[in-house]
Amino acid sequence: MAGLLLSSTEKVFIVHGVQEDFRSDGRSNIDYRPMELETDVVSHASGSARLRLANTDILVGIKTEIDTPKPDKPDMGKIEFFVDCSANATPEFEGRGGENLASSISNTMQRAYHSSQAFDLKQLCIVEGKQCWKLYVDILILECGGNLFDAVSLATKAALFNTRIPLVKALLMDGGNVDLQLSDDPYDFKFLDVGSAPLLVTLCKIGEKCVVDPSAEEESCSVISLIVGITGNSKSYCADKGASNLSDVDIKCSTISMNGPGSLAPKTLKNAIHQGIIAAKVLDDSLGQALLRERRENINSMKSSYGFLK
Amino acid sequence: MVSHHIIILVYEFVVHNSQLAKRELKKTLEMVSHVSIKLASERVNHSVASNNDPPRFYTPGEVITGIQDFMRGHGTYAEDDCLKASVAGVMQKVNKLICIRPLKSRYVGEIGDVVVGRVLEVQQKRWKVDTNSRLDSILQLSSVNLPGGELRRRSEEDEQMMRKHLQEGDLISAEVQNVFSDGSLSLHTRSLKYGKLSQGTLIKVFPSLIKRRKNHFHNLPCAVSVIIGNNGYIWISPHKSDILMEGNKDAIENYEIQPVGKSERETMARVKNCILALVASKMMLDDTSIMFAFEESLKYDNVKELLDPEAMLDVAFLTQHRINIIAEE
Repeated sequence: MAGLLLSSTEKVFIVHGVQEDFRSDGRSNIDYRPMELETDVVSHASGSARLRLANTDILVGIKTEIDTPKPDKPDMGKIEFFVDCSANATPEFEGRGGENLASSISNTMQRAYHSSQAFDLKQLCIVEGKQCWKLYVDILILECGGNLFDAVSLATKAALFNTRIPLVKALLMDGGNVDLQLSDDPYDFKFLDVGSAPLLVTLCKIGEKCVVDPSAEEESCSVISLIVGITGNSKSYCADKGASNLSDVDIKCSTISMNGPGSLAPKTLKNAIHQGIIAAKVLDDSLGQALLRERRENINSMKSSYGFLK
Repeated sequence: MVSHHIIILVYEFVVHNSQLAKRELKKTLEMVSHVSIKLASERVNHSVASNNDPPRFYTPGEVITGIQDFMRGHGTYAEDDCLKASVAGVMQKVNKLICIRPLKSRYVGEIGDVVVGRVLEVQQKRWKVDTNSRLDSILQLSSVNLPGGELRRRSEEDEQMMRKHLQEGDLISAEVQNVFSDGSLSLHTRSLKYGKLSQGTLIKVFPSLIKRRKNHFHNLPCAVSVIIGNNGYIWISPHKSDILMEGNKDAIENYEIQPVGKSERETMARVKNCILALVASKMMLDDTSIMFAFEESLKYDNVKELLDPEAMLDVAFLTQHRINIIAEE
């Protein structure tokens, strides 16, 4: 992301602020700006979500398809990410300008979801070795206001939480070939278990310290940012009353990558990863609460869609 | 008649306050969290009704009047024997002239306006400055006060030293000296109160929210200076020290990189969030409304709580209420 033009004294002010853990709008180094989330916005997709984080607007749609599993992983389904940087998002995305950014975001997401402890692909298996579900995750960047990786991972997790997988009703084994019959009833589906899906946290190094959720001005003061993918805690996504009795799962880091021309000392790297883990924990918890709240609201009544009207 | 009006206003205020009290109690019971994710169904409506009747909005293509008797002003066009609006905005009628003033537009400069701009380019005898208008504004070398303060003819050397004075990215406060025929502005900083800006934060708002006033440089009683540029760029900085007036180069440089104290930083952040709250509710910005918003926001101890949409609406509502009280007196 090309940075904003800033004067040297403005940069000095921002760096000193980060040093004192008090940014220009009063946030501390691990505070996020208020976000708005809505799921089930795209009616013809199996699952969708829209997330608005300050000036960043992300829309994620998930489609399901039946596919044959990989020969070396016969009991696991597949998941594929595609990121589209819309030219409306920012003037730099005009023409083919957004392609580099799009491919780096989709590669990072693919790496984050690669581990079986992050997202269990076994739940997508239908018939071992023959048929499995393939999820196509389409991420559309509608407006770019910085902090894309975090917003993309939050919206993806929300969309996966919202995804409905049709149930298989009949199965015909015809000498090796499998013929499936899916249920026609739109209310006959199962939800995916996405509690441990990873969230990406971008830590921007400004001066000596790292900040989470940088604004556009803060981003142009830093030379390097670290992106950590942290797995989630299933406890926050379980609506049952007995959920609080479940033990806390250990949080794991599923991917790390860096962005920018600068470099990090080993000690700063360690501190930044710890900071990212704390931020991801709080983020995961909040997202879980918001998603459960929405599911509870829509379980009985017909959902009134807000979508893009406001 | 007036007393009825006041009673109704007080009632609204009391009802709003009791809802607020419930919310405040809930807030003190929860810890101040690092992340806040709200649902679209919980979205807050930011419109703050002012005392007067809401004005009549026109959308592009809407017919204003069928009579061809009127003169067409800005924002209108004639089609099929009637006058239609070409922008979305409010109608202004002066005798026979009808114009539509758009709600969101680029800044259109007038002579004498105070603006805050960012230097984009350094050209041969001038600087190109970004002032949120359709075309970049120009700051001529002959329109600045050279360091040292002498009034002399600008020589070749001065042209080479332009970058030492103002670089790309620097922020300046200036006044519009002249408007060229194509609409671009010519700025000048020929006064001690204008010039390069040092430490602080810049906020960008819609130019239509800023009233034209006599004074745009305000030293707020909370130890923060605010420069409200007519072009929508607002600069918040700690109180200027006397060192800058002296003109000693080393002393200025040292002052510019001094870290700003924690309490001043807090006040600046609070003023910034108050301005953003007023902008979210589309209220006019001037020093009185910013001061009222600041005072109303003091009940939120933690400055970052003002980033919450509900808190922003609360501050804007109370500020509008205070402005209404003053307007009635």
